[in-house]
Amino acid sequence: MNFKRMWAIFKARNLEFFRDRSAFGWNFVFPFLLVAGFSLIFGGSGRSEYKVGIFPAVKTDFQMQSTQLPQGFKDVKYLEFIPFSTFDIGIEKLKHHKIDFLIELGAVPHRYWISSSSPKGYIVEKIFSASFMPGEGSPHALKQEIEGREIRYVDWFFPGILAMNMMFSALWGVGYIVVRYRKNGVLKRLKATPLTPFEYLFAQTLSRIFLLMFTLIVVWLGCDLVFSFNVEGSYVTLFFIFFLGGLSVTSLGLLIASRGTSEEFTSGILNFITWPMMFLSEVWFSIEGAPEWLKLFAKLFPLTHMLTAARQVMNDGAGLLTILPEIGILIVMILVFLSLGAALFSWSK
Amino acid sequence: MILEIADITKFYGQTAAVDDVSFNIQPGTCFGLLGPNGAGKTTTIEIIEGIRNPDSGKILYKGIPRDANFKEDIGIQFQSTSLLAYLSIRETLKTFQTMYKKTSRLEDVIRQCNLEEIADQPNDKISGGQRQRLLLALALINNPLLVFLDEPSTGLDPQARRNLWDLIRKIKQDGKTIILTTHYMEEAQLLCDIVAIMDQGKIIAQGSPQNLITQYCQGVTVILQKPQAQLPVNLDQFKVLEAPDHYEIEAKDIDLCLKTLMAAGVDLRDMTVRSPNLEDVFLRLTGKQLRE
Repeated sequence: MNFKRMWAIFKARNLEFFRDRSAFGWNFVFPFLLVAGFSLIFGGSGRSEYKVGIFPAVKTDFQMQSTQLPQGFKDVKYLEFIPFSTFDIGIEKLKHHKIDFLIELGAVPHRYWISSSSPKGYIVEKIFSASFMPGEGSPHALKQEIEGREIRYVDWFFPGILAMNMMFSALWGVGYIVVRYRKNGVLKRLKATPLTPFEYLFAQTLSRIFLLMFTLIVVWLGCDLVFSFNVEGSYVTLFFIFFLGGLSVTSLGLLIASRGTSEEFTSGILNFITWPMMFLSEVWFSIEGAPEWLKLFAKLFPLTHMLTAARQVMNDGAGLLTILPEIGILIVMILVFLSLGAALFSWSK
Repeated sequence: MILEIADITKFYGQTAAVDDVSFNIQPGTCFGLLGPNGAGKTTTIEIIEGIRNPDSGKILYKGIPRDANFKEDIGIQFQSTSLLAYLSIRETLKTFQTMYKKTSRLEDVIRQCNLEEIADQPNDKISGGQRQRLLLALALINNPLLVFLDEPSTGLDPQARRNLWDLIRKIKQDGKTIILTTHYMEEAQLLCDIVAIMDQGKIIAQGSPQNLITQYCQGVTVILQKPQAQLPVNLDQFKVLEAPDHYEIEAKDIDLCLKTLMAAGVDLRDMTVRSPNLEDVFLRLTGKQLRE
């Protein structure tokens, strides 16, 4: 093993990353835009889950509070009331699932329309019916609120964005690039030198993990200036988890890139892996209610373990001991992916 | 011998790309593999370089099988290759220099290959000739004993090609052993001490360019342009080829040919005399042109 040679490849790969201005910028701008966009859409109080159409009503001077609808219905959070001048306009919107529920104002009794195939319409119907129930007497249930610090949506969402950015950067930055290098003869040129496959793969891995961590720190600092993230656990532990996670997805990238010269095929394979990984690793939404087999399947992805551990540290203040199972799984994955990738690696085919 | 190649064979599917090829190379010489595209030259050279494995055969370097140190001793200019992106010419050379234990001085190589003025330009923003010189510089960065040049001047304009040939001659003068493949007979004739002519994976002739020409093509070709020249009928002793705009007369004895033509009153004002070259050798051996 020759460190001088590995350093040369490490340096060349990093220079390529930093000098490719468009890709370089995108690596930082993309996660920032995602966090900013989603925290704006879902983080505030203005989120509306259900859209209720009202007719006949004039958009310009529509006052929901002045309608004859039950007060309880008008006060429900997450309902957005949209006025329509005629029934025909409203029913068209309902047919095309632009709204979930349509009510006629002034009708006695109240008349409403829903789409029988719309789950949201069903929920609004139940809310609407419940709003006619008397409010007096002893309540059937007592409301309790979560005590202590609330986990903000952006604090839950941010580790997911970081992990997803790492996954894309590692898989495409290693998997796709190595295949392109094999196709255009760069690897063949390197093969002609005393550089060994191990030295090349090690330098590639090292370079990518350096770039991932560099990006992570810059994106974190940039986003933190705007959103002031709350980290319950240790920053060192969190950094370590992202390091292991980054290494695991980089190793997976090397395994994917170990053979082949077709960029199109590799692109297909990368999409085949990244999309399910992105959706099942709870980057965007929880899969708590999903079937058991799907939850088990999601555990095959390194992103799942990186994210589980990162959220435990960031949101719940978990220490190393708590996330030991995730650390163990990530290390096993790294070893398996790297060994297989190195064993299968070919310079030229 | 610096290299001994014995009975190497390489199949791609059912096709023998290299078919039982053997040759030896003396240190300090320029050895050329000459042949048309698809003759098996690149596969042969890449097997020797260690880029490809042969199906059978033996390769000895300095009398022993090649080991890990072989790569330290060789420099390669591939026919077509991309380089690490977003690096300048100097950085590219520096990166490759770092791969070797024994190296040439970076500035010496840059000067030797006339890259001084473009050394800080990106390696993908240069002309074809500059690119070939960069690839040659990469092949020399480790001060190799053996230099492999695969079609070094393909795609270059005549001026750039001549410049590259000058560089290769200087490398040869430095005492390095050169192995080059080419389908340009002029290149082989000018640069090579020994030429092996390849066709369909086999070596069909081998020797110095002059010896091959003497052995396979005797005499000269006299070319007479139409319509000035009207050939007499009594030229049976010579082989005459008639082209749309000229005649070609192959003559073993130029003196006799010219005397015969003059005696017959043929107008010789537009006559040219061409000595045979390796193209003629190839034509004689295979019945086809090198660039067919």
